[in-house]
Amino acid sequence: MAQYLLSTYTSEGDGGPPPTPEEMQAFMERVAALEAEMDAEGAFLFGGALHGPDAATVVRGGDADPIMTDGPFVEAREHIAGFYIIEAEDLDGALAWGSKVVGAIGHPIEVRPFRATGRVHA
Amino acid sequence: MNHLATADAGAVERVFREAYGEAVATLIRTVGDITLAEDAVQEAFVVATDRWPTDGIPANPAGWIVTTAKRRAIDVIRRSARGRHLQEEAGIATVAGLDRSPVDEPGPVRDDRLRLIFTCCHPSLRREHHVALTLRLLGGLSVEEVARLFFVSEAAMAKRLVRAKYKIKAAKIPYRVPEEADLPARLRSVLSVLSLIYTSGLDGEAGEPLRTEAIRLTRELVDLLPDEPEAAGLLALLLLSESRAPARCVDGDLVLLQDQDRTAWDREMIAEGHAIVRACIRRGRPGPYQLQAAIQAVHAAAATFEATDWPQIVALYDQLLALSPTPVVALNRAIALAEVLGPAEGLAAVDAIPPGLETSHLLHAARGTMLRELERPDDALAAFERAVQLATSDPDRRFLTGQIDALAVDRR
Repeated sequence: MAQYLLSTYTSEGDGGPPPTPEEMQAFMERVAALEAEMDAEGAFLFGGALHGPDAATVVRGGDADPIMTDGPFVEAREHIAGFYIIEAEDLDGALAWGSKVVGAIGHPIEVRPFRATGRVHA
Repeated sequence: MNHLATADAGAVERVFREAYGEAVATLIRTVGDITLAEDAVQEAFVVATDRWPTDGIPANPAGWIVTTAKRRAIDVIRRSARGRHLQEEAGIATVAGLDRSPVDEPGPVRDDRLRLIFTCCHPSLRREHHVALTLRLLGGLSVEEVARLFFVSEAAMAKRLVRAKYKIKAAKIPYRVPEEADLPARLRSVLSVLSLIYTSGLDGEAGEPLRTEAIRLTRELVDLLPDEPEAAGLLALLLLSESRAPARCVDGDLVLLQDQDRTAWDREMIAEGHAIVRACIRRGRPGPYQLQAAIQAVHAAAATFEATDWPQIVALYDQLLALSPTPVVALNRAIALAEVLGPAEGLAAVDAIPPGLETSHLLHAARGTMLRELERPDDALAAFERAVQLATSDPDRRFLTGQIDALAVDRR
């Protein structure tokens, strides 16, 4: 088995009108159904939606002399909005989940393999 | 062993090239790593060039290469840390396990070359990587040869291949034939790679190895997937197109279909192409490659340009356009239509093509030809001049310049 990060991005100002409560409800139902399916298949490891880049802080300088900066590390129009970490047999398996996520959320998904996961053993 | 009296270097090279894809494909399955498989097969080739000229070429060269390469790979795995690491990654429990065939997986076909071509043409890799991997791993072309065919430096091509192989490994692109449900879409990707390899070789004689390789690989694919009519359709299309190669380019100059010496066409390829097209029609599952092959079959069947069954060609283009509504198909249909209804109808059809071909010399060359026939020399000249600016190959440019010169003579 292998682990993959499925991430989705939003662009600043591409939001359009905010979703109606009905649309929001339908969206949540689609996502819940998808996550239930992931659970049933043993694919779901972790997932979540992130606050926007305005809520981000960058830390530099290390323990002794930390420096905090307001804002995201990369100044870009696109920002990571949410992600799943899933387990799949291979890339085809991960891509199949990727297309299901796209179907549920209506945004493109980047599928990226983990090089290593879990705790580092020195 | 089949002891041949002599096996010169050329013969060894040829046999090796044919066995290469099969050997690498088998090794990848057994050792689970593309680079290790390539290295081992390369080493086996060194042994072959040393031994075959005196011992003779073995009866089963691919089997010999696989056995020798497997032994080399086992050595590497036993001796090096990298090998042990690979062994863990590939999930090979013991080195002895390498000698047994570990794969017993479900799937429509069990063949290593087929697995490999689907890996090379995986949709998560970019098109230029599909082409490079397919030619390198299945075609057995050297990095330098692949680089030369695509006019990039050897270093750039090596980098491209390393990057593609890295992604296959890192992202765990599977090494298997897609399941039935995914097969049609994945096969389309493979067929378009083979078709692209062929058309990349269309410009001049330097491209002949690409065309030959594309035909060889497509033939292999048809053997491996006999129930896929589109694979057969592509093979027929390539054979019928290749049958005209001797007449298409004379002294480096492009010769139009209407001016070609049809006695120079390769009758054997035409016969094979026609047989495949007939079999496809009987099967009754048409697709874009089969229809293109059928169009080429109609051309090949005509004794002269004038004897061409143009209404039949227009009808086939109509079917093709319904399946793949691209501007290129629409342009070819318009050109055929001009032969049936005349240049005015042809030009109207060209001008009705949806946007997308403005920067193709083919569109402007077709307009130029039709405008000339409509006795609008100034408009024809403008169209041909635009075509020359956009042409990408020397034979095309020379041909179009010739059209412009001829127009100038006519106007005097």
